[in-house]
This record gives sequence, C-alpha cells and structure tokens, in this order.
Amino acid sequence: MEIKWYLFLSIILFCIGVAGALTRRNSIIVFMCIELMLNSVNLLLVAFSKMHLSIPGTSAYSAIDAQIFVFFIMIVAAAEVSVGLAIIVMMYRNTKSIDINFLNRLKN
Amino acid sequence: MTTTQILFWLLSALAIVGAIGVISCKNPIYGVLWLIIVFFAISGHYVLMNAQFLAIVNIIVYAGAIMVLFTFVVMFINLNEHPEIPKNIYVKAAGIIAGLCLLIVLVAALSRASENNTQLRIDTGVGLIKNLGRTLFNDYVVPFEISSVLFLSAMVGAVIIGKKEKQQTV
Repeated sequence: MEIKWYLFLSIILFCIGVAGALTRRNSIIVFMCIELMLNSVNLLLVAFSKMHLSIPGTSAYSAIDAQIFVFFIMIVAAAEVSVGLAIIVMMYRNTKSIDINFLNRLKN
Repeated sequence: MTTTQILFWLLSALAIVGAIGVISCKNPIYGVLWLIIVFFAISGHYVLMNAQFLAIVNIIVYAGAIMVLFTFVVMFINLNEHPEIPKNIYVKAAGIIAGLCLLIVLVAALSRASENNTQLRIDTGVGLIKNLGRTLFNDYVVPFEISSVLFLSAMVGAVIIGKKEKQQTV
C-alpha cells in the first residue's frame, strides 16, 4: 500500500473527531471524539514508521522508535481517560448533568 | 486488487462508518459500541501493517480497558433523567463546516506530496514484540518507569477527584 491512503484515512478520522467535538454537547461523546483523534494520529505514526523503512539505507531502529512513541501515546491516553472520566463523574455529581455548557459555571 | 488492498478498504470503511456512528448516536452507550468497532478496525490496520505488538496493545488498552471505563461511567450516569439538549443548529452547522474545511485543507495540502519512497514496507520484523520489547527495555527503560509514576499519579488523582465530598455544614 502507498502511504497516501493511510494519510487520507487518518485525516478523515481526525476531521470526524473534530466535527464531533465541536457539534456535540454530551461531554462523554466529546471525550470519545478526542480518543478518536488520538487513535487516528497513532495510525498515521505507525504507517509512517513503515514507510520510513522503504527509504534505502535507513536502519530499523528509527522505525522501532516510532512504534515505541505510539506505545507511550497510548499510555498517556489511558492515564488521561481515567482522570477525565473522574472529572465527568464529579461534574455530574455537582450539576446533575454532563452537558459541557454547564462548565461555564466554573468562571464564577 | 490484492488481498491486502481489499482488507485495507474494508477496514477503512468500517473505521469511517464507526467514527460517523460515534458522533451521530443519540445515546452515549451506542457511541461507546461504535468506538469499539473503530478501535478494532484500527487494530486490523496495525495487523495489516505488521505492527503486531501495537495491534495487541490497542485491543487490550483501548477496546478493553478504556472502553470498559467509558461504559461504566455511562451506566453510572443516569442519562434518561437528563437527555442531551441539542446544540443550536447554527453552532452545529458551523462545527460540521469547520471539520469539512480542515479535511479539505489537509487533503489539498497533502495530495501533492512527493511520490518518492512512499510504499509501505511490511516485510520487516520491526513491529514484532521481540524487537519492540528489546528496544523498550534497553533504550527506553527510564520513560517506561516514569510512565508507571504517571499511572500512579493518575490513579491517585482519579480517586481524589471521584471521592465523595464531605457534607459541608452551612
């Protein structure tokens, strides 16, 4: 496969995530859209790491580094999800709603 | 068309349909299920690119752990009492137009990229668990250990945030 199809697939997934984060008001769905964007970027990083190997004269180590990087992105995403969902639960407990527009109460 | 290409298009269609399902579902629980489909499609892409370690990690971490957490929170929150109030139609249209503009700009910018050396090489053993594990525990031991500290702090933070606050006497 050529890299450009993976590029376009990742762009489409990322843009769907952006559109969802902008159009929905349910904070859980907004959060899921953020996960979608993270995953599209991960997919593109892996595709680029495989493309990098096709350049003559490159060592395999640089491609391995890219996949380790994807692994660390997943680690950070897992930590982020646990804290973010705790914040959503706390928000629900205080406002009895998970509408993100209620977050503008924070400014008072 | 080779088998790889057919699989690529099938998995891409599955991922895009799932992503559209995530942002258009009424009930968040269906959104979680659509997102699981997207994650499995992306794992299929990893297998197709011979990145087996990441495929397994993606299934375990995302489709397993994170999605269970999401499902748990969706079940915990009673959404039938407070259904989502839809956004203003103009705000919605603006969001969709913004997403489409981003799509058009990125595709237009990247469709003229150089065509040299853009074939994916999947016949190397780079994505195998053996090679990745060797690099992870030789060159990346310190970030790996620091990530365990990150997890600990995330766990403590989640517990502290999620703890019931004491009733304040007024």
